[in-house]
Amino acid sequence: MQYTQKVIDHFKNPHNQGEIKDADAIGQAGNPVCGDVMKIYLKVENNKIADVKFETLGCAAAIAVSSSLTDLVKGKSLDEALAVTKDQIVNYLGGLPPVKIHCSMLGVEALHEAIKEYKTKSNK
Amino acid sequence: MSNIYLDHSATTPVDKKVLEAMMPYFSDNFGNANSIHSFGQAALAGVDKARKQVAKFLNCKPSEIIFTSGATESDNLAIKGVVKALHVKGLEKMHIITTKVEHEAVLEPCKELEKEGIEVTYLPVKKNAEVDLAVFEKAIKDNTVLVSVIYVNSEVGIIEPIREVAKIIKKINEKKLREWEKRRPQERGAKPQPIYFHTDATQAVNFLSCDVQWNFIDLLSLSAHKIYGPKGVGALYVRKGTPIMSLQKGGHHENNLRSGTLNVASIVGLGAAITQIDKRYQETNNARLNKLRKVLIDGLLKNIPGAILNTDLNNSSPSHAHFTFPGAEGESILISLDLEGVAVSTGSACAAGSLEPSHVLLAMGIPAEIAHSSIRFTLGKYNAGAEIKKVIKILPPIIARLRKMNPNYK
Repeated sequence: MQYTQKVIDHFKNPHNQGEIKDADAIGQAGNPVCGDVMKIYLKVENNKIADVKFETLGCAAAIAVSSSLTDLVKGKSLDEALAVTKDQIVNYLGGLPPVKIHCSMLGVEALHEAIKEYKTKSNK
Repeated sequence: MSNIYLDHSATTPVDKKVLEAMMPYFSDNFGNANSIHSFGQAALAGVDKARKQVAKFLNCKPSEIIFTSGATESDNLAIKGVVKALHVKGLEKMHIITTKVEHEAVLEPCKELEKEGIEVTYLPVKKNAEVDLAVFEKAIKDNTVLVSVIYVNSEVGIIEPIREVAKIIKKINEKKLREWEKRRPQERGAKPQPIYFHTDATQAVNFLSCDVQWNFIDLLSLSAHKIYGPKGVGALYVRKGTPIMSLQKGGHHENNLRSGTLNVASIVGLGAAITQIDKRYQETNNARLNKLRKVLIDGLLKNIPGAILNTDLNNSSPSHAHFTFPGAEGESILISLDLEGVAVSTGSACAAGSLEPSHVLLAMGIPAEIAHSSIRFTLGKYNAGAEIKKVIKILPPIIARLRKMNPNYK
């Protein structure tokens, strides 16, 4: 098992890491028993992701995936963000060891949760 | 690149003297130890010497040593080989006792035997991973034929009470025999089936007495690469008279118990490595490692809030310091340390590529979510105090950074 330099870079210096206190929506995936928890905070303006931040408990891959995902969706419309796939994240990182692919699914899942929450709220 | 190595339970560097002893057996004395000509005899002399060196360390006869590819093969041969021999002898419905904290090299063969109809008891352990002797004694049945208990646990370093386990077995075997002898010859029937005792001593050789007489051991597995010898070679001690059959057929090497051309240079390396370990070396090395380990443990417990030590300092190999750092995931800690030049290991599932964290930690009653936060330090004979001080300095900010990223840790 070996990580790409890009995974290591994101792990060492993750992008958009932290919390958005007045987030418009929050999504979470995974659970501590499995060792992975990802939380995505969204700030939405005009149906676009104006700001995104993440908090993650997990392995180096999980943290790198979270960081990449925020890069890929920041500034995008909600529908564009929903279209981001795990393969895009894996490619963005220059590949992931096969056993780590499930980490990228967790990232996508957390984002979808957040967008779902936002859409439910704004439809009320 | 790592430059501080604290993963000696995974493997050790080859000692320069060991390498020196091995070198002539690659290109000069390259003969097949089974060949009758002088090339073969030169190789055989090296193997014979190594066999005597291993036998001396274990306090057994050279003829009771089988060279293998390592402890995994030794464990497989011991467990499956004994069961196979007893099966051929006509025994059915056999029962094996082992523990929940064995290495996979014991657990997996046991699971395989279960599928073939052998009954296996996996003993639970106390909180420190130690086998409870009373629980063990109760688990023994009339049809128990083999007990396998690891000597030193590879993860948390606990020393299992193998001598006490072996004494209980001895007591039961002797009792059975006495009862049989008391009966009149025509009513005796077949001699009672004794229970054999196997231990995987891979992690113990460096630190503890592996005298098979003193410890009443029938079968013992060991590996060269954990004792500053080469990888890919190990040995199985089999007490004379213990029923065992080979798992691998071929050219009848090693008393027909392990066919395959002998790995001469590595066997010579195993002999050279084990011969460096005697009581005096163990005492000196253990005392030094104990001191280093204390500095590491005190430093980490002091500087990392919430750190939990899982190694029982009153009863463990002096090399081991196993921690959990709740709120930070083990693999992330490992990678962070590696980026700063420190090599350790973790019981987190994320590092093993499995879904479950270490079976040893779970057996100790450590919840899965905490087991994922485990880091194992295992010290070795070349570690220096300055290295330990560096680790104490760099680890606290690593844990703090990872905890800060964790949504559930505030």
